[in-house]
Order: sequence, then C-alpha cells, then structure tokens
Amino acid sequence: MFVRGLKRKCFDGEEDIEGTLAGIKAIPSYNLQRQSLLDMSLVKLQLCHMLVEPNLCRSVLIANTVRQIQEEMTQDGTWQMINTQSTGQASLDRLVSTDILCRSSRDQAEGKHVPSYGTFNKDFESDQAQDSSETMSTASSVQAPRNLQSNVWEMENPQENKGNFQKSLDQIFETLENKSPNSVEDLFSEVDNSYYDLDTMLTGMMSNTKMGHCDGLETFSSPTNTASNSNCKSDLNELDHIVEILVES
Amino acid sequence: FLGAGGGNDIQWCFSQVKGAVDDDVAEADIISTVEFNHSGELLATGDKGGRVVIFQQEQENKTQSHSRGEYNVYSTFQSHEPEFDYLKSLEIEEKINKIRWLPQKNAAQFLLSTNDKTIKLWKISERDKRPEGYNLKEEDGRYRDPTTVTTLRVPVFRPMDLMVEASPRRIFANAHTYHINSISINSDYETYLSADDLRINLWHLEITDRSFNIVDIKPANMEELTEVITAAEFHPNSCSTFVYSSSKGTIRLCDMRASALCDRHSKLFEEPEDPSNRSFFSEIISSISDVKFSHSGRYMMTRDYLSVKIWDLNMENRPVETYQVHEYLRSKLCSLYENDCIFDKFECCWNGSDRQVEFFSLCTSDIPSIVMTGSYNNFFRMFDRNTKRDITLEASRENNKPRTVLKPRKVCASGKRKKDEISVDSLDFNKKILHTAWHPKENIIAVATTNNLYIFQDKMN
Repeated sequence: MFVRGLKRKCFDGEEDIEGTLAGIKAIPSYNLQRQSLLDMSLVKLQLCHMLVEPNLCRSVLIANTVRQIQEEMTQDGTWQMINTQSTGQASLDRLVSTDILCRSSRDQAEGKHVPSYGTFNKDFESDQAQDSSETMSTASSVQAPRNLQSNVWEMENPQENKGNFQKSLDQIFETLENKSPNSVEDLFSEVDNSYYDLDTMLTGMMSNTKMGHCDGLETFSSPTNTASNSNCKSDLNELDHIVEILVES
Repeated sequence: FLGAGGGNDIQWCFSQVKGAVDDDVAEADIISTVEFNHSGELLATGDKGGRVVIFQQEQENKTQSHSRGEYNVYSTFQSHEPEFDYLKSLEIEEKINKIRWLPQKNAAQFLLSTNDKTIKLWKISERDKRPEGYNLKEEDGRYRDPTTVTTLRVPVFRPMDLMVEASPRRIFANAHTYHINSISINSDYETYLSADDLRINLWHLEITDRSFNIVDIKPANMEELTEVITAAEFHPNSCSTFVYSSSKGTIRLCDMRASALCDRHSKLFEEPEDPSNRSFFSEIISSISDVKFSHSGRYMMTRDYLSVKIWDLNMENRPVETYQVHEYLRSKLCSLYENDCIFDKFECCWNGSDRQVEFFSLCTSDIPSIVMTGSYNNFFRMFDRNTKRDITLEASRENNKPRTVLKPRKVCASGKRKKDEISVDSLDFNKKILHTAWHPKENIIAVATTNNLYIFQDKMN
C-alpha cells in the first residue's frame, strides 16, 4: 500500500465548498480520516459477531482493509501507543464519512508519497512481512516525488493524531467492554497491544467460523483478555437469543 | 443509447411485474435468485424465506401476435427451512442463494436449489389425470367394507385439474463448512459443483452421501486467510473445465484432468491494478461477485463492484473489454463502505444465444452480444458488445404500461443536472437490482428488485 500525502483538490460543484475553505479553517487531515476509516472497520468487524454466521467474504475484506491501514500507519510512524494528555478538544465524529479517502491519487494535485522503510516494524508476522515486501517492490517501481505537504500536516498535528488515535481506541473499547476507565493508567493497562493485534482479532472472528467436529484437530488460538471479554458478552447475547428460540418453540 | 435509433437495437417494453405492491417489504419476500430454464418456458425465483416460485410462459396466442406469452405462477414450494447448527450455536438461513435448472429429459422438470449449507434436487411434475374406480377404496380414500364388494371393476384414469407437484428427490447435505455461493451443472449433465467461501465440491446428481473436494483454499492457519472464493462455474462445453473467482479480483481456470485436487490453476486471469486509481477500497471493489461463461465458452464475464469485464479465455493478463456500470460511485466509496453497500453482490448475464445464428454466421458481429447487470435506484444496465452502446433502464411500477418503450435513464455525476437526469446523491441505495436473467432464446428479461420481479420484452412490430 502506498503511503501518500494528499492535498485536497479543488472540486467542482457542491464539493467545492470544503475546498475553498481550506485556507480558512482546519480541514480533516488525511491521517484523521484514515483513522476514521480504521475505527469504522474495527467496529464493523466486531459487529460481525451476531447470531447468524458472519459473512466470511465481508469479514476478510474488512480485515484486509484494516491491515492495509495498519501497515501504512506503521510506515508513517503513527502506529504508536503513547500516553495521551487529556485534551480539551471537542471530539470529532469518528465515523464521519469522508470523500478524501475515496479519491484516487489521480485526483491529487501532488504526487504520491514514497514510504519510509526505515521505520518498518519487523515484529509483524511473516505473511504481513510478505505483503509489505510486495508493497516495497511495487512501490519502488513508482517514480513519485515525496509530498512535503503531508509531512507538514503530520508535524503540525502529531499530538492531535495520536490523541485521536487513542481516543478512538477508547471509544471502541468502551463500546465493546462496557467499562468506564477510572484513570488513564487503567485505560492503558486494559488497552494492551494484543487487542489491537490484528491476528488476535482475526482469530476471535475466524474461530467463530470453524466447524467444531470437522476441524477438531486444529488448535484454537488463545484469545487475549480483551477478545475473550468481547466474546463473553456476545456469547451471553447469543445464549439469550437461543433461550428465546427454544422457549418459543 | 440502445433504442435511440439504429435498425437492430432492442426497444425494451414493460411486460409484467410480480410481487407485493406495498413499500413495506417483508424480509421473507426478498428475492435472492432468478433463473430461466433451458427452454425459457419456465422462470424460477428463490427468496429469503426459502421459497421457490416458478412461473410458466403461456403458449403464444395466435390472435395476439404482438406480444409473447405472459408468465403466470406455475408452482410454489418451500425449498429450504431455517435450521439451527447446535455445534456452532448459529442459525442456518433458509435463503435460497442459487437455482440452476437441469435440461429437460422427460415430462418432469428438475432444478437444483441451495441455501448456505444444503443443496436439493427438486422434481416438478404435472398431474392432470387421476385414477378412479378402486374396488377397495371409496373415492374419498376410506376403505370399503370388503363384504360390500360384489363386483370388480378396473380403475380408469380420468382428467382432473392440473396439479403441479414439487418433490425433493435428492438432498446433498453436510459437505460445506462455509456458505455456499454457487452451484453449476456440468455439461455432462451428470455432475455438478458447489462452491463455498473456501472450498469447491464435485457431486454426482445421483449420489448424496459423497462428494469430491476439488478446490480447497483454506489456509492451515485461519489467521492467514486473506482471500475467499466468490463464484464458480463449469465451462459450457468442456466437462473437465471450471473457473472460480476470488475476493481479490482473480479468476482461476482449473482442469480436473490435471489432478484430483485442483489447487493449482491452469490459468490465472488477473488485471494489473491501475496505480492511479489506488485507494483503501481498491481491493474491496475488485472483489468479483459473479462469473459467467459466454454460450460459446470462448469468453467469460466477471462483475466487480463498479464494472463488468469480458475475458478471452486465451488471454490471462487483462480483460478484452471493460464496461463501467456506475463509475460515478467511485467518489462515494467511503459512504458506501460505511453503509455496507460496497459489499453488495451484483450478478450479470449474457443475452440468450441463437445457436443456429452462431453456427452459420461468418461474422461474429452479426450475432447480437449484449450483457446485462443491475445497479442502484432500481436501475439496470445493458452493454452491447458489438455497437459499444449502453443503456440504463429502470424497473419501476411507474412504467407499467405494456408495449410502451422504456425511457432510458441517466445519472448526473457532477455539475449541472440536466432535465430528466438524476443526481448521484438522489439515488436510492436501498433499491438495488442484484439479480437479472435473460431468456435463453428470446429478448425477454427478468429483473428482480428487492421484492418484485419485472419482466420486460422487446417491442414486437
């Protein structure tokens, strides 16, 4: 996945309004919107745990999208868990739809952003490394100038981005766990890396699609606290539902 | 557009609409598949409630030469029931995912219908006579007291009102862990394949307790899963060849003679990505939702979210033709991702074949070749491969005057909206046409909206 810096293009028609205000007020940055997409995707994945078996194709596509964002954010260097200061910012609507992410790079005024491989996280497991190496080989064939504009945005809003990142994690976590963190430390002690570990999450999701008696020899990956908590909650809901069905019949 | 002039362009007219009129759609009535049989006389629909409704075309009335026979309900039956998988604590939906007809061999008709887990072979037969005059039974079925029988008679067949019976002849179950998305009958008419997200199985129509697994893309570690099977189909002429499409936009052609497990494809069809169009949604919109061979078997058509592509089986590295279905949605992908519309699985179909024309024609452009697919706002699109013209039509009750030519529709992507155009933001994304079918011999098409079935035919002069 190419990392790219985006410059808002000047649209025609109704979409122009946001473009013309670019110089006047802060418009959602690419990073923020990418974050929004990541949040949306994670919520979608979690909502897959319903009574009817989740659509595997949809889950795989969403998971791949999350993985792409994760890789890009790693290359960007924004994929870090840091302490956040409580900000007085009004919380933005995380799940706002944006058009900027939908726009192809062809619409961008500037060229593509060449990823910085130096910050590539080597802790990823092999298949993700494979994906990235593919990305590397294809990216190197693309001749594109580095987009300075995006760097400027990143430097201007590092705290905002990381704060928002943390906040969005909180939001998802709260939605799923029904907990209200007492302190910042408590919050981070709960939000460990493994929650955001794509593999664990996929395991939690994929293990639902396994057929018990057919694949009995396969070992189930052990979910972390967070994944198992969310599973427990959904299990309870399912149990209620099943009892309902049984009682009715 | 098609119909805007030109001698051979088809002019489509409304013919019939089936289904409830009210806007409040019952979930069970949502149509999930539409399929003509091989002669076109029968038209089957499956719905979310597990029912199959078969319509039969009336024999052409000699006095009404200006229209073809209407389709009327022929048979309705409950094909699949909701089930509960106790091992996984999950419901198994009764929704009919696909129906495929077998070619007719005798008086009865046979079709395969499938939900997520189980495929059933249904026999649809007519009964228009019944035996009367039994010796030991009364007409109502009660047994007679044998001592009252003083004479013997031979029962005779007497005509009765036509009764159409559907009976399940085979049930092919317990072979799929994941959700079945396709079934396809082989050209040998003895075997068929069923495909789920990760596996494809080969069945014999007579044998229900065994099936062969011919494709398995399940990774050893499910955490490594990044690609699923989305559709599969047998080649129309070569009984050892089939294709399957994936969520990454690839199509693999496999030959069953090569090995028992066709995990290594014979051909891989994939178009290199256009780097200028790359976005976070590129993979999702490249996912192929349907694959259909042409009648000759030389081409195949694939449908992804925004386009229809025609592939020549001899060329793997790119399609020979690409048609944009609704390119104006490209800038709305984020919203469509949010409301899940980006995961809608649109089907596509070829026009019916006129095999005689195909055989005798020296010039392929003499043979009409049109592909059709659905879109949003109850719009559907047709692309004429010879003239390169396309048309957008709408399935709505407002156009329901028979023999009135349908008015072409146009979506305004940006800028000033002309009169009669509809802007992208006004499109109703809940009104989607996912399933369409073309009569195998005539210019009659069946288009399914959410819960209604529209039948259009070309204007006969």
